Amino acid sequence: MDTFLKQLINGLSLGSIYALIALGYTMVYGIVKLINFAHGDVMMIGAYTGYFVLKAFGATPFGLFMAFIASMVMCAILSLVIERCAYRPLRNAPRLNSLITAIAVELILQNLMRVLPFVGPNPREFPTMPSKVFTLRTAAYPEGLISISNIQLIVIIASAVLMIVLNYVINYTKTGKAMRAVSHDMGASSLMGVSVNRTIAITFVIGSVLAGAGGVLYASAYPQIDPTMGYIPGLKAFVAAVLGGIGSVPGAMIGGVMLGVIETMAKAYLSSQYADAISYSILIIILLVKPAGLLGKKTNVKV
Amino acid sequence: MSKDNDLLMKINNISIVFGGLCAVSGFSCDIHKGEMLGLIGPNGAGKTTVFNMLSGIYKPTDGQITFNDRNGTLHILGKASPAALNKIGIARTFQNIRLFNNLTVADNIRIALHSDRKVNPLDVLFRTPKFRRDEQIMTNKVHELLTLFKMDDCYGELAKNLPYGKQRKLEIARALAANPVFLLLDEPAAGMNPQETDELMKLIALIRKQFNLTILLIEHDMHLVMGICERIVVLDYGRKIAEGTPEEIQKNPEVIKAYLGGEAAGL
Amino acid sequence: MKNKVLRNMLIPGIVAVAAVIVPAILIEMNVIDGYTAQIITLGGINAIMAISVNVISGITGQLSLGQAGFQALGAYAVILLTVNCHIPLPISIILSGLIAAFFGFLIGFPTLKLEGDYLAIVTLAFGEIIRIFLVNLKDVTGGPNGKQFSTIFTTSLDHGAMISYLAIIGTLVLIIILLQNFLRSTYGRAILAVREDSIAAKSNGIGVFKYKMTGFVIASFIAGIGGALYAPFIGFIKPDLASFNNSINHLIYVVLGGMGSVTGSVVAAFVLTGLQEVLRFLKDYRLLIYPLILIFVMLFRPQGLLGMKELSFVKTWDKLMGLFKKKAAAKIEVKGEDNE
Repeated sequence: MDTFLKQLINGLSLGSIYALIALGYTMVYGIVKLINFAHGDVMMIGAYTGYFVLKAFGATPFGLFMAFIASMVMCAILSLVIERCAYRPLRNAPRLNSLITAIAVELILQNLMRVLPFVGPNPREFPTMPSKVFTLRTAAYPEGLISISNIQLIVIIASAVLMIVLNYVINYTKTGKAMRAVSHDMGASSLMGVSVNRTIAITFVIGSVLAGAGGVLYASAYPQIDPTMGYIPGLKAFVAAVLGGIGSVPGAMIGGVMLGVIETMAKAYLSSQYADAISYSILIIILLVKPAGLLGKKTNVKV
Repeated sequence: MSKDNDLLMKINNISIVFGGLCAVSGFSCDIHKGEMLGLIGPNGAGKTTVFNMLSGIYKPTDGQITFNDRNGTLHILGKASPAALNKIGIARTFQNIRLFNNLTVADNIRIALHSDRKVNPLDVLFRTPKFRRDEQIMTNKVHELLTLFKMDDCYGELAKNLPYGKQRKLEIARALAANPVFLLLDEPAAGMNPQETDELMKLIALIRKQFNLTILLIEHDMHLVMGICERIVVLDYGRKIAEGTPEEIQKNPEVIKAYLGGEAAGL
Repeated sequence: MKNKVLRNMLIPGIVAVAAVIVPAILIEMNVIDGYTAQIITLGGINAIMAISVNVISGITGQLSLGQAGFQALGAYAVILLTVNCHIPLPISIILSGLIAAFFGFLIGFPTLKLEGDYLAIVTLAFGEIIRIFLVNLKDVTGGPNGKQFSTIFTTSLDHGAMISYLAIIGTLVLIIILLQNFLRSTYGRAILAVREDSIAAKSNGIGVFKYKMTGFVIASFIAGIGGALYAPFIGFIKPDLASFNNSINHLIYVVLGGMGSVTGSVVAAFVLTGLQEVLRFLKDYRLLIYPLILIFVMLFRPQGLLGMKELSFVKTWDKLMGLFKKKAAAKIEVKGEDNE
């Protein structure tokens, strides 16, 4: 078995991806109170877009860079379409209806990919660069105390960069301010001259861009892709968002990394078969014990 | 102050704090059996919050509420749920009407009769004669109440399709079905025109006599409040600032200041 | 009064008995062929699952995305009880329902403390947890490859189709009748009150958690029965039975039929099951139909086909009688005019 530190790196790498996806969930929930079920599938489409680009350009750093760009653009456009056609018409409908619609969108995306002739339901190998592992060896640990692969480095660094950019956008730009305002109070924001439709659309886009990047990273780390690949990471990323505090951006980042580490440790030291069940149990426990999550705020309902 | 036989409810220095904000503080009041008591105050004074504490929806963070039910048993409200309080005789209506919208008028009232039912699941599943008799008893009670409220023609209508005034009346009828001794009415005349308000005043007086009720009423319509209430309590910023007969309240300078900032117009 | 009560019982009673017996005879006589019988019977299973989802999501008002988990529990339970414990099939079916109900009771405690979206997601999580356990408890469940279950439903070449039909449609009709009786009573009204406005419900004496739990346990019982009938009918089950996709399929029946309408979801289940077969030529494109229907319903008719109303055979009978009487009266008039 790998050392604790090696597992920690594995956890950080996985957690960074969860964080990227969790951000999309948390921002959308914060602004329109919708659990965007389709978000995991947006990540899947990001992965497939990356696949086709890498197949074209080859698995090189340049190819990977182009894959990122392409998948982020693709996911941005996709989420604009989804928001406009499926979610916006139901913004004032009961929450239940939007939730069901989100589930329907998720199914459509998945099954569409199954049906498209150039995609199909069978798993494909995601092109990755040859793996290089950097190991720190010590006398006590000749096998290596801590090691990290080039892919893991890319995952962690790329995620960190994206999260820093996001943090800047949310806290230091006008768009970010608009997003925060609308998530606080949609009506008041619109009275203050904020274009609510545009802000919501931008929120979806930013979330999906991150998910697209996350898809490419996930496929690089776990190179088998198929149309159903988004469902489980999507669900886990949602758990991460709730863990950190749904609606809170730093919460999603922390929750994502935490969940990645917990899951990796559970797989390594407890049981690899039931590790997923442990992750889902975390969701249930958090919602019962501290529903606002680690960084979220408790709201009181007026009777 | 005479205790026991005369007192229905003793509210002793209750307060409630929401996330740092003290919504009601140090509220005390003795409610006597058969009284018609009014609770008034500017918007946000904490009137509905007081109601919510008396009906079990909120638990006071401080203070105590005691209640004498219809059998004379003394209860301390403590952690009792609204359902438990309903069973010992406290019923209420809501500021923003809370009817069971997709159910019929009749079913809305039947639900308030739930606690008294003595059928078991087997009776229900197999529609035994005992079940049918019980349903008939309920149907009769529903017709009785609806006739009293002059709404028997709406028996089978869905609650959401009723005109506003009738919805308010239905809420009161439903509250009465549970056979309460203490009725809390939260702005029953809200949104009503003067004629409807007059009818409501007569209705409240009627049910008070017929059902031997003690009534606590929140209202903004001063004509109604001064017209039917024997005693009035005034809240402002979560505190009681005055208590007395309508005449006393109308002349009370604190009350006038709270509402109107200095002028005695409108009262 | 007694006549009306008798009539109200007789009309649906006759329809129910006819719906169970007549097609069974036709199947036995091969007037309805085996393939069609299979589809109708499968529709029956789907209808039972649709009722389960409707009870918790439509009638009790708590959206559950994990009912398939209870179906799977019922399916595996019936196999274990019949094969390992040698309990006769009819009894194991009922016991399986009770086992599923028991799990519903346990799962209900944490779940029903939540509301809305969070409640829905937690039911999804529990469904997934059930699936994971079913995959991994290989000794008991046969693991991801599933378990076979041979019974008279599948082994009897001559009578299998009829037996399947009778058992499943018979159970479906029984469930519908008992459920309707339960709902049109003080218990049913209490559950509806919780759905409509839980604060008003508790202020009028209804124990809200108690009745949410009642709805949840009834729904899991029905789902367990659905699973316990599915296993012998299909003859083979896999842990996928507990998957989210399966739960969603059942949810689609309810959304289409009307959340809150038992008869609506039954009709929708049969229609969509039939549609799946009819559209087989579309191959994988079929998979797009269900979610597209879902979106269309949500956008254009969110209350579904029947909303919260139920199909009433008594009312339909009255309408038909009314039409007959009108036509007869018109004929007499015409005859009268002819004579003049």
